[in-house]
Amino acid sequence: MTILVLAEHNNVELSIETAKALDAATQIGGEIHVLVAGFNAMAVAKQAAKLDNVAKVILAQSQELEHCLAEPVAALIMSLADNYNMFMSCASSNGKNIMPRVAALLDVMQISEIIEVLSADSFKRPIYAGNAILSVQSLDEKKVITVRTSSFSSVGTSNDAPIEEIAEPSEIGLSSFVNAQYSDSARPDLTAAKIVISGGRAFGSAEKFNELLNPLADRLGAAIGASRAAVDAGYANNDLQVGQTGKIVAPDLYIACGISGAIQHVAGMSSSKTIVAINKDADAPIFQIADYGLVADLFEALPELEKSL
Amino acid sequence: MKILVPIKRVIDYKVKINVKADGSGVQLDNVKMSMNPFDENSLEEAIKLKEAGKADEVIVVSIGCAKVAETLRAGLAMGADRAILVQSEEILEPLAVAKILKIIAEEEKPDLIILGKQAIDDDNNQTGQMLAAMLNYAQATFAYKLELNGDSANVTREVDGGLQTINIKLPAIITTDLRINKPRFTSLPNIIKAKKKPLEIKSIADFNVDISPRLKILNTQEPPVRTAGIIVGTVAELVEKLKAKSLV
Repeated sequence: MTILVLAEHNNVELSIETAKALDAATQIGGEIHVLVAGFNAMAVAKQAAKLDNVAKVILAQSQELEHCLAEPVAALIMSLADNYNMFMSCASSNGKNIMPRVAALLDVMQISEIIEVLSADSFKRPIYAGNAILSVQSLDEKKVITVRTSSFSSVGTSNDAPIEEIAEPSEIGLSSFVNAQYSDSARPDLTAAKIVISGGRAFGSAEKFNELLNPLADRLGAAIGASRAAVDAGYANNDLQVGQTGKIVAPDLYIACGISGAIQHVAGMSSSKTIVAINKDADAPIFQIADYGLVADLFEALPELEKSL
Repeated sequence: MKILVPIKRVIDYKVKINVKADGSGVQLDNVKMSMNPFDENSLEEAIKLKEAGKADEVIVVSIGCAKVAETLRAGLAMGADRAILVQSEEILEPLAVAKILKIIAEEEKPDLIILGKQAIDDDNNQTGQMLAAMLNYAQATFAYKLELNGDSANVTREVDGGLQTINIKLPAIITTDLRINKPRFTSLPNIIKAKKKPLEIKSIADFNVDISPRLKILNTQEPPVRTAGIIVGTVAELVEKLKAKSLV
């Protein structure tokens, strides 16, 4: 078995999620290579080379690959496909975008968002927003897998794997990058943070959302999350959404503030180790899954919480 | 411009699903079924383009049992012009669905194919990307905003770090995220009008496509259950509990 893992990065820094996808690859077993597709991304390749269990890092660099668009990255993976039995990535927006394209080109069925490795060809994955867990066995010779990284731990960084640069693939030209508005935040990444504090519609406005959650997140060193209702209402950016269609998180501590606990939201945070719910509605479903519940008005409770930390 | 909108009939998003005790799957009998919510977004976007004079025809297509015709009629009531039902008793995986859609796309030659980013039953998030690969089209997944400019489109996508805008050459595949629009409610007159719109029924056997499953389902289980913990009385008590577990 030889596994190709697509690295998640921004051309400067390798995402911690890649180290978690490597945990899944390690459990499957075999020789693991990491593919860094990007532009001016040698620094990323060097970080990937440090990750344990990596036999080789493959670095492909071109302007077409800079923004990780699906068409050129899928074509690049296909150019390497003969050497591999398995193709993996994080179930990030890049992984979700690129890997099914690769699967179709290989004529195989992708196994999306695995949460557990049962054997080299069998995996568990959530369906119905995590309300059921499917165990599936892939019958395809080559396998394409995306990994829900919150279900895996990071591999260590004591390796020194060789880096092999390969020639850039030919231009595809179907799509091009126009611009991006990435949130600029000094806070830890939502999917990597040890503590996540999330807000719902109960905040009533973007001003209150920020005014109450920012100081608390700063004090705790926490990432800020939001329910779909809060994002839809414009209190928070879309990339902060925790839930079935947003980010899936599993921090040590998840503090849900003014969040009712809709199935959609719970799907994104129910694997958190400890859950705290603060809500003034004692009947809110969030209390049914919270380790610690506080029935309180968040406009009073959150400033008090900040002061007592 | 012609727009093809593939839709899927799924358990209604408000229904709490039941996993069968014998592990054989999710209870589907006597459960309310509806159009996949993300597909409502894709259809809404297509209809808006038609209303804006940028598209001439919107075709909805679905694959499944005879009852899927109801979901297609709902699509016609929303504003699609005609529907195609590919009748199949088998439940198809995204790879097989994409192969069928590819053949339909080659027949219909749409300029744009707009799909929901994922179905809320299997949560696979694959069909649009697979179809794009098979047709060798550009893809813009998780669309938040769509702007057509002649033979290309600018699509703003919801991505991990925020928003990313890309330009795609048409014909192309777009998959929609929830915030791209608010799907309309259908009025009674439109529901009645939809009954007269054309709905063509094809048999999956006529497509001559290998639809055999590539994933063998071993079992379907309930997720691990989380139980309610304790209710604390005050913020101070909460902080004390969290400190005791070294969480803060």
